Amino acid sequence: MMSRKAIDVWVGFFVLIGIGALMFLALQVASDSQAFTNGAGYKVQARFENIGGLKVRAPVRSAGVVVGRVDDIRYDNETFEAVVTMTLDQRFKFPKDTAAKVLTSGLLGEQYVGLSPGGDLDDLQDGDTIKITQSAIVLENLIGQFLYSKASGDDQAPAQ
Amino acid sequence: MGFLLDFVERLGAYVNHRIARLGFAARFLWVMLRTSGTSLMRLHLTIREIYFAGVLSLIIVSVSALFVGMVLALQGYDTLVRFGASEAVGTLVALSLVRELGPVMAALLFASRAGSAITAEIGLMKATEQLAAMEMMAVDPIARVVGPRFWGGVISMPLLAAIFSAIGVFGGYLIAVVQIGVDFGSFWSQMQAAVDWKSDVVNGLLKSFVFGIAVSWIAVFEGYDAMPTAEGVSRATTRTVVISAVVILMLDFILTAFMFRGN
Repeated sequence: MMSRKAIDVWVGFFVLIGIGALMFLALQVASDSQAFTNGAGYKVQARFENIGGLKVRAPVRSAGVVVGRVDDIRYDNETFEAVVTMTLDQRFKFPKDTAAKVLTSGLLGEQYVGLSPGGDLDDLQDGDTIKITQSAIVLENLIGQFLYSKASGDDQAPAQ
Repeated sequence: MGFLLDFVERLGAYVNHRIARLGFAARFLWVMLRTSGTSLMRLHLTIREIYFAGVLSLIIVSVSALFVGMVLALQGYDTLVRFGASEAVGTLVALSLVRELGPVMAALLFASRAGSAITAEIGLMKATEQLAAMEMMAVDPIARVVGPRFWGGVISMPLLAAIFSAIGVFGGYLIAVVQIGVDFGSFWSQMQAAVDWKSDVVNGLLKSFVFGIAVSWIAVFEGYDAMPTAEGVSRATTRTVVISAVVILMLDFILTAFMFRGN
């Protein structure tokens, strides 16, 4: 039979190892997508004609660095546009004429919102709307355009 | 006719018996929760049970986790490399472990390692009339014997599941990065990009907490309800492992359906 003290020590070790495992999972394995939304961010909106496969919680990047997250995606039935609400980190300020694009990381990667800062002197505030937007590139449209330009190009090309 | 009537009668008796047992188990849980104030007041009893249920399960949980992680990395790499996405093996290992395998495997191991021991111990106490003797001395056996074992299991389970997931990820790292040579940086960064603290890790822990309650409840109840004979105790021990395994897998499906609907 073990003494009560030895048992206490072992259980203490057990709890410490458990907490260590949790810390490992928190710091090394996972990342906190909610980190920006706990009051330390500001919300801006952007309207897109087409958001492609953008999803809630997708990253918002500027110059490739994650500066926020997509919070909410809604459909405006009057303008027939997608309204994307995102939370940006308080530490990062962007001019009012910043442009938002829906981009894809890699050929088949996830889609994200890319911000290209403009030159305005005022910064985006909480609740502002980004005016300049560019929709996601839809592969079918791209192929359609390519075929169209190819067809019209062939007409002008001299016969070989 | 007599044969048919006999069959219906036996079916009815069986169903009645099952329902009565379920009701007894529910009342048992209620009494246990009501008296757990007394059993938690004497904390050293619960700490003792954490030692027997949790600390002594550490080795089996760690070794199993290491091998599960290594197998996941091998199999995942084998499939992913065909799509040129071998760096995603870290994501695959971490998500499978944190969401599913960590809580479920840890709970299955816990049920067979600690749950069966709890049932056998309480069943034997009942068979040798130690529980009755306690009642004679005005010591509530549910508060003194059953409560600490239940809470010891409930507290140990999430910690074991977290340890399982962490060691499993480490095992995946050993195979994928050290052995096969997947890039170190993209292994971790793709994993971090895909695994979310709140929706993956915390939900996984919540699962293991539910499993902990279920397994501990089944183990202490089967022990307390065992027939006070050698055969009865052995049957109860078997039942603990079998019922726990089925209940864990069923609960896992239900919890997954609620937690990860994929948005």
